[in-house]
Amino acid sequence: MNNYIIKRLFLTIPTVFGVVTLVFLVIHFIPGDPVEIMLGETASQTDKAKLRADLGLDLPVFTQYFRFLSNLIQGDLGTSFYFRQPAFELIMIRLPATIELSLGALAVALIISVPLGIFSAVRQYSYIDQGSLFLALFGVSMPNFWLGPLLIIVFSINLGWLPVSGRGDIFNLILPAITLGSSMAAILTRMIRSSLLDTLKEEYIKTARAKGLPEPIILFKHALRNALLPVVTILGLQFGSLLAGSIITETIFSWPGIGRLTIQAIVSRDYPLVQVCVMAIALGYVFINLLTDLVYAWIDPRIKYE
Amino acid sequence: MPKTKNIFIIIGITIVITLFLLSSFASLISPYNPADQNLYERLQEPGLSHLLGQDSLGRDILSRIIYGSRVSLKVGFLTIFISGIIGTLIGSVAGYYGGRIDRILMQTCDIFLAFPGLLMAITLIAILGPGLDNVIFALCIMGWVSFARLVRGQILSLKNLDYIQAAVACGISDLRIILKHLLPNLMTPIIVHSTFGMAGAIVAEAGLSFLGLGIQPPETSWGMMLSEGRKFLLIAPHMTTFPGLAIMIVVLGLNLLGDGLRDKFDTKTT
Repeated sequence: MNNYIIKRLFLTIPTVFGVVTLVFLVIHFIPGDPVEIMLGETASQTDKAKLRADLGLDLPVFTQYFRFLSNLIQGDLGTSFYFRQPAFELIMIRLPATIELSLGALAVALIISVPLGIFSAVRQYSYIDQGSLFLALFGVSMPNFWLGPLLIIVFSINLGWLPVSGRGDIFNLILPAITLGSSMAAILTRMIRSSLLDTLKEEYIKTARAKGLPEPIILFKHALRNALLPVVTILGLQFGSLLAGSIITETIFSWPGIGRLTIQAIVSRDYPLVQVCVMAIALGYVFINLLTDLVYAWIDPRIKYE
Repeated sequence: MPKTKNIFIIIGITIVITLFLLSSFASLISPYNPADQNLYERLQEPGLSHLLGQDSLGRDILSRIIYGSRVSLKVGFLTIFISGIIGTLIGSVAGYYGGRIDRILMQTCDIFLAFPGLLMAITLIAILGPGLDNVIFALCIMGWVSFARLVRGQILSLKNLDYIQAAVACGISDLRIILKHLLPNLMTPIIVHSTFGMAGAIVAEAGLSFLGLGIQPPETSWGMMLSEGRKFLLIAPHMTTFPGLAIMIVVLGLNLLGDGLRDKFDTKTT
């Protein structure tokens, strides 16, 4: 297992390197002048030249790239133009809010999907199953930038039960977590259903039934444990994409996380901060995928670590 | 349950055809010019003269939704068409030739996949600036990866079959084998994947426009309408409700169609 963890960690290095390089390439090779975007078309040539020199954009691309990597290794991610603070500090201040929101959304998704997925599989083609199918389709089709405002209209404006925006106690978390977690709940429900259906057809389940084991034990101890294995992979991938989904959800609910910071950085044309935010989210995604692989290997002893 | 799948396909096709007709005949169907403002009647609720109400500038919401369907269809179709061609090309080369080419191309895919969902599109638009062409470009940059992986996987399983080996033994060129013998067998999974991809592209465009990074006035987009409506959520919730409903119906239709086709032809998509 330890060997596997070490190998998997080493395999992550090229991906991390690739992500960092891609962010650099996107910013340097995509048509469009960042300096002009930051200062506007009407800025004087002197101002543009000064900013270009400040950002190091007047240097040869290779020099820029090695300087970028060297600064990155030393933990220097640049300074935000807008906030006049190191970008790394800004990210670290907002990271807890994004983690809180992502975990809240994950909790919402699991609370909905696990019981619904199990019921759908156990009572295949029943009303519960068909209802969950429609719920799942609606969940996947309903964009979070619409669901969020709808939830605000119903629960904050009409009923007055929950706050409209901001971060504070658990009540502030409920609506953003539902907004962000709903599509994940829909995907997981269908995934748990199909995985459990496959598992329930296995020979060892028939053996367990033939032995006369009670149905709850067969379901929860024998079937569900195995059925959840592929779900873990999807869970990891989906949890990673929650980080990107948080950009919209945080904007709707004025949630002070990395997603909202990204949009603020784009709107204020704060280039170094955009670069760091994008890298932080992408690396977070890589890290969660790594974690998923490790958890998967830990819970499934059949995986060979080669 | 199989009957349900057919119903899904029928509902899905009906919604997609409706979207196509709405966008094609927008100028004939829409009751008002979507840009016509009437500040005396701003934020009016749905009524007989304006079925879905009016927005903050007194524009007819129904007409704007009808015209907005053009953007959704254009973004959805062009994104899938362009990224489908690029992805199929790369996936075919990787799957057919294997070895080092495959490793390099798939490693590149993995790096792109490290950028979740909208993130790369947002980054690209931050540099390129907002606008329809840039939105399509940004979505294509991310869209090709899933096609490449799908096609590569399918080609890996097909290329060792007897009829392909026979074609190789006959001395048929690689290009001809890929184009005439392999790709026609991949059309079903590609079509199914395109259906889901189109839904994803429409949502992504609406999301970008919602954030102010997508379509810009005077063009109309459902995401932009939602974004405008959010400012008037307290006094005019209809401004948010109807464009959102339009997005959801179209995405639901495409998902139903994709689901139905996938189950009917029993294909697996990435």
